[in-house]
Amino acid sequence: MSSTTFGAARALTAPALARPRRRAWRGGLQGSEFTWAIAFVVPYAAVFVAFVAYPVAYGLWMGHDPSLYTELFSEPIYLRTLVNTLIYLGIGVNLKMFGALLLSGFFMRRSWWTKGLLLIFVLPWAVPALPTFISIHWMLNGQWGLLNNVLWELFGIDGPGWLDTSRWLALGAVIASHIWKWMPFWTVILLAGRMAIPQELYDAAAVDGATGLQRFTHVTFPLLANLYLICTLLSTIFTLGDFNSVYFVSGGGPALSTHVLATLGIRDAFQIARPDLGVATVMSALPLMIPLVIILMRKLRTTEVQL
Amino acid sequence: MSTVALHGRAPRRPRYRLRRNLTEAAAIAFALVLMVWTLAPIYNMVAVSLERHGDVFTNNVWPEHPTLNGFWIVLSEGYWYLQYFWHQFGNSLYIGAATTFITLLIGSLASFSIGRMRLKKGWIISNAALLTYVIPASFLAIPFYSIMIKYGLANNLWAVIFAEVTFATPYAIFIFQQYGVSIPIELDEAARIDGASPLQVYLRIYLPLMAPALVAVGTYALLLAWNEYLYQFMLLSSTRSMTVPVALAQFLNSDEAPWNYMMATAIIYAIPPVAIYYAFRRRMTAGLTMGGVKG
Repeated sequence: MSSTTFGAARALTAPALARPRRRAWRGGLQGSEFTWAIAFVVPYAAVFVAFVAYPVAYGLWMGHDPSLYTELFSEPIYLRTLVNTLIYLGIGVNLKMFGALLLSGFFMRRSWWTKGLLLIFVLPWAVPALPTFISIHWMLNGQWGLLNNVLWELFGIDGPGWLDTSRWLALGAVIASHIWKWMPFWTVILLAGRMAIPQELYDAAAVDGATGLQRFTHVTFPLLANLYLICTLLSTIFTLGDFNSVYFVSGGGPALSTHVLATLGIRDAFQIARPDLGVATVMSALPLMIPLVIILMRKLRTTEVQL
Repeated sequence: MSTVALHGRAPRRPRYRLRRNLTEAAAIAFALVLMVWTLAPIYNMVAVSLERHGDVFTNNVWPEHPTLNGFWIVLSEGYWYLQYFWHQFGNSLYIGAATTFITLLIGSLASFSIGRMRLKKGWIISNAALLTYVIPASFLAIPFYSIMIKYGLANNLWAVIFAEVTFATPYAIFIFQQYGVSIPIELDEAARIDGASPLQVYLRIYLPLMAPALVAVGTYALLLAWNEYLYQFMLLSSTRSMTVPVALAQFLNSDEAPWNYMMATAIIYAIPPVAIYYAFRRRMTAGLTMGGVKG
């Protein structure tokens, strides 16, 4: 990794330094300077009001009717979707983050070929989501897909239709695709975090006779824990809003059994033309989202923005 | 073992070497598994795109008669689904370029005002940006769509550009503020004593020194706009205003999807972002480590 990555990771992992700051415009902004400063933030403030605040308020208004929620909870599709979302988050996020943690350790190896391997390994993240998810969709086709062709060639097994026979197979395929796409990204982040840990700490641990596992539990993990937590929270929110994996790999099928809240909301709004129901579907995730956002904003502010 | 142990110092080495070789072998085996996992969907994309048109529905593991014809059909718009391919490619480029420019402009102005001029109550803007960053875009999609219709921007490329700017700018402000800390504030003071206006300080001092951050955020915004699907799908409905991903997804819903043409289109569409990613990888990673990308 480059030195810039290192610096950035240090920004994330190091405790916030209270840096004394002075104002360039000492004694506060005066007259025309204040006007300039206001003029400079107006474009972003306008974007925020027009495209974030107004839509959020409008969405809250669209989904304010309690009868929408009674309607939702009486729908078996919605309840199934809720369960799917929780499974998707619980298994998908944790498997992905834990895998990324282990892989970042693997990529710390200093052999010549791991560098090249890393370049290939980040490919799923570098390639746009849509083409690869469509490719996975076709790859898992029961009749013509690559996976079943390979299974047949190698083992003589007649593989199942991964996406159109069972809810659990399809949900598993979606979760695997999500992990395939996003694990490289989090691996790179955690790798940068690991590289920011000073070598002296490991040397000191080695002098004290620490084994590989002890070095991990006593040095690496305590120093990486905060970063790991932030990444997991951030990833939970992003996964909650993940539309592409589900929409393109399983399409919510078979028989609408693998939808998550994000895709079901869009389906309600655009396929059955019930935008209010779609908004209610999405808004029913707020009890989970609001605490996550609050914790995350607090964490991000103290670890990063103050730097 | 016991015979070796008699020799005192020497015995440790072969065992150590053996263990090292075993770890190395395990690592290589693991790397191979990782390779297969990583490359399978990409291999599938390439393999299908090289199939002859009639050969897609066969049980080959690799194409028996590989041909580049699929790519030629896409590039020459030789299939009825692809008749506006270059136009749609242009739309994607237009959206990407506009998003990048506007994001950099709005983001750098706001962070200059908050971070360098220390605008009072500027933290409200920072927090608003941070909040936007953690709201999943797909959750905002439905009201966003309704509002774009109210603004009279339905089926208009600018609706998409505004959407992408909305979701790229918070990240930009975030990174610019962090990077800005490394630039000495004395430079601003000196310029100001020489009588420079805030606009001059922004143009002559702030922007040139922020160049690395501008590159990182610009790449991020460009890739975000190029790769995003949901908003483009919602907001663009006519064939001529569509972008490549929307057109590509339309293939999926047709009765007999021409998979080899689809995969060829997918590869052509994926090449620019992959090239840009590898070209700016270092800068990108530096920036991304501080935040994250939205899916």
